[in-house]
Amino acid sequence: MADQTFPLPGTLDASRSRGAALLEWLHSWVVTVDHKKLGILYIAYALVFLLVAGAEAIAIRIQLAIPHNHFLSPELYNEFFTMHGTTMVFLVGMTIIFGFGNYLVPLMIGARDMAFPRLNAFSFWMSAFGGLFLYFSFIGGFGLYGMGSAPDVTWWAYAPLTAKAFSPGHNTDYWALALIVMGFGTLGAAINTLATAFSMRCRGMTLLRMPLFVWLMVVTSGLTLITITPLTAAQVMLIIDRYLGAHFFDTQAGGSATVWMHFFWIFGHPEVYVLILPAFGIASEVIPVFSRKAIFGYPAMVAASVGIAFVSTSVWAHHMFTIGMTSVSNSFFVLSTMTVGIPTGIKIFNWVATMWGGKIRFATPMLFCTAFVFQFLCAGLTGIMLASAPWNWQLHNSYFVIAHFHYTLTGSFVFCMFAGIYYWYPKFTGRILSEKLGKWHFWLFFIGFHVTFDTMHFLGIMGMPRSIYTYEPDRGWNTLNFIVSAGGIVQAIAVLILVWNMVDSYLHGPVAGNDPWDAWTLEWSIPSPPPAYNFATEPVVRSRRPLWDLKHPNDPDWKYER
Amino acid sequence: MSAIPNPIPIFADENWRLPSRGRVAMFCLIIGESAIFTIFVVAYIYYIGRSAYGPTPQILDVPWFNTVCLLSSSITIMFAERAIEHGRIRIFAAFWALTMLLGIVFLAGTAIEWKRLIYTDGLTIRTNLFGTTFYSLVGLHATHVIVGLLMLSLVMIFTLAGRVEQRHTERIQVLSLYWHFVDAVWVVVFTVVYMLGK
Repeated sequence: MADQTFPLPGTLDASRSRGAALLEWLHSWVVTVDHKKLGILYIAYALVFLLVAGAEAIAIRIQLAIPHNHFLSPELYNEFFTMHGTTMVFLVGMTIIFGFGNYLVPLMIGARDMAFPRLNAFSFWMSAFGGLFLYFSFIGGFGLYGMGSAPDVTWWAYAPLTAKAFSPGHNTDYWALALIVMGFGTLGAAINTLATAFSMRCRGMTLLRMPLFVWLMVVTSGLTLITITPLTAAQVMLIIDRYLGAHFFDTQAGGSATVWMHFFWIFGHPEVYVLILPAFGIASEVIPVFSRKAIFGYPAMVAASVGIAFVSTSVWAHHMFTIGMTSVSNSFFVLSTMTVGIPTGIKIFNWVATMWGGKIRFATPMLFCTAFVFQFLCAGLTGIMLASAPWNWQLHNSYFVIAHFHYTLTGSFVFCMFAGIYYWYPKFTGRILSEKLGKWHFWLFFIGFHVTFDTMHFLGIMGMPRSIYTYEPDRGWNTLNFIVSAGGIVQAIAVLILVWNMVDSYLHGPVAGNDPWDAWTLEWSIPSPPPAYNFATEPVVRSRRPLWDLKHPNDPDWKYER
Repeated sequence: MSAIPNPIPIFADENWRLPSRGRVAMFCLIIGESAIFTIFVVAYIYYIGRSAYGPTPQILDVPWFNTVCLLSSSITIMFAERAIEHGRIRIFAAFWALTMLLGIVFLAGTAIEWKRLIYTDGLTIRTNLFGTTFYSLVGLHATHVIVGLLMLSLVMIFTLAGRVEQRHTERIQVLSLYWHFVDAVWVVVFTVVYMLGK
C-alpha cells in the first residue's frame, strides 16, 4: 500500500502550458463557493467600480470647475451624476460591505464557511451581473443622444420624470432592472450573513462575545432585509408602469408621484445606515487594536447599533420636507431624525473613550479611523441641522446637502473601508501594505476630502443647487467651485496611490505572518492567507478577545467578563 | 494564580446548541418578503377610491371557496410535516399531494376570477388605478403561490422517486414555513382587497 501513489485532484501538472494554468486559475475563481474567495471578488469588484464612479465624479467636477463649461454635454452630464450616485451606493457600497462581511464573519466566529456557500456564490454573481448590466447601458440599446442609454434620471429617480412619456428609450429600464437584479443578490447575501452569524458560531462564541464587526454585519443585514425589498417592490411597480401601462405613479390617472418619493426614501434612508453600520464595525475593530485597549462599552455599542437600525426605519420623510407635509408629520420626522443622534453619540463617545488613555499606534488603519470619528461627528452635526425642517426648507437640494452626505459616505464610510483594507490586506494576501505609501494615501485623501467637501457647505449656503449642468459667472460661486474641483483631483491621486500600493505590496510587500497587528479576534489566529478550511480544529472561545486569552494565559479576559 | 481553576463554567459544552440555519434563513426571507408585500398593500390602500374612471372594487366577488382551499392547505401541510416527522412516508405523500391540489385549486379560482374581470367587466392592469393595484397585489401573491407550488412539486417528485426520508424532516419543515407564509399573506390580501377595500 505504501508505495502506491494516488493522483490528487488539483495538483500541479508540470507538463501543462502557462495558458492552461491561467485558465484553471480563472476557472477556480468563477466556480468558487469559498467565502474568502467570494469576499475578495466582492471587494475587487467594488474597488473597480470605485475607480469608475470616481472617474465620473472627476468628470462632473471638471464640468463644474468654471462657469459656462462644455467639458461634458448636458445629456452626458445627467448620465454621469446619475451613474455616479447609483454606482457608489449599489456597486461600491453594498458590494464592499458584503465583501468584508463574507470574508470576515465566518473567520471571526470560528466557522469554516458561510451557512450557504452556494447561495453565497449565487448572490455575488447576481450582484456582479446586475452591475455589468447597469454599465452595459452606456453601449447598449439605442441611446437618445448617441451616448448609449445610461440612466439619467438621478439616483432617486423621482416620478413622473421616469414615466414613459418623459423618459422614452431604455435609460430608466436599465436603472430599475439592474437594481432589481442586484437587490436579489443583496438579499441573498444578507440572509446568508444572518444565518451564518446565528447558526455557525464556534463553541463558546455566544452572541455577546461576537466581535463588534460581526454584530454590525448582523444589524446591517437585518436592516437590508427590510430596506432593499421596498426598493425592489417600488421598482417592480415602475417597470409595470413602463411596460404594462399601469398607473402607480401616473399623475394623469390619479396616481401619485409622492408615493414614489415615500417608497424610495423608505429604502433610501435606511440604506445609508446599511452602508455606515459595517463602517462602524471596522472602526470598532481597528480602534481598540491600535489603542491597545479593549473596546469601551461593548454592550452599549451593540445596543446603540440595534437602536440606530430601529430609528433609521422611521426617518425617511426628512428627505421630503419641501413637498408640504402636515406640521404633525414634519414634527414627527424632525424628532425621529434627531433621535438618531443619541445612539450615534454613544458610539462616538465609546470610540473616543477607547482611545482615551490608550497606547495609540498611528498606523494607516488607525489614521483613517481617527479621521473617521472626527468627520463622522461633523457629518452628524450637519445632519442635525438638516433634520430641522425650516433649515431644510432653505437648503433642500443645495450643495449643503451634497456636502453633508458626502461627509457621511466619503468622510465616514470610505475612510473606514480604507482602514479595513489596510487592516485586513495582510490577512487577505499575506503581505502588509506599504506604510509609507499608506501615509501618503491618507494625508492626500484627507486634505483632498476637506478641500472638496468643506468648501461645498459654503457653496450650498450661497445657494448653489445640486444637479445643475453649469452656472452663470456672476453668482459668486466661481472660486469655490474651482477649489472643490481641485480637491477632487487630489482625492483621485490618493486613490491611485492606494491602487499602486495594493499592486506593489502584493508583489514586494513584507510578509505578514499570522498576526501582524497583535490583534485579538479569531481571524488572526490562523495563517495569512487562511487555508481553504479556515480552522484546522474548531476553536473554543471563552471571551470577546480569544487571542488575548491565548497570548496572556495569566491574565485572560474571561476572568473579568460576565 | 492560574492554578486556581475558574469555579464557574464559562459554558457547558454539551449545551452548545445553535438554531438551524435553514430556519433562520427562511425566517429572514419571510421578513424580506413581508416588506415587499407591505409596500404593495400600502399602495393598494392608498389608492382605494382614487381611480379617476373605470370599474371600482364593487365588481369583485368575495372568493370564499378559494380562501378556504388555500387556508386549509396550511392544515394539510402541517399533517404532512407531522407524518414525515414520524417516518410515515406514504401518509406524508398523500397530505403533500393534497396540499398541492388545494394550491392548484386556488390558482384555478384566481384564473377564473381574472377571466371574468377582464372579459366581462373590462378591467385590465391599464384600465385604471384599481386595475393597476388589484392585479399587481393579487398577482404578486399568486406568483408566490406558483413559486411555492414549484418547490412543493420538486419535493413531490423526490417523494415519488423514494428519495424523501425521515431525516429530511427539517428541510420539509423549512419549506413548509414558506407555504405557511404564503397562506398568511393571503389573509392580509383578502382582508384588504375583499373586505376593507370593497
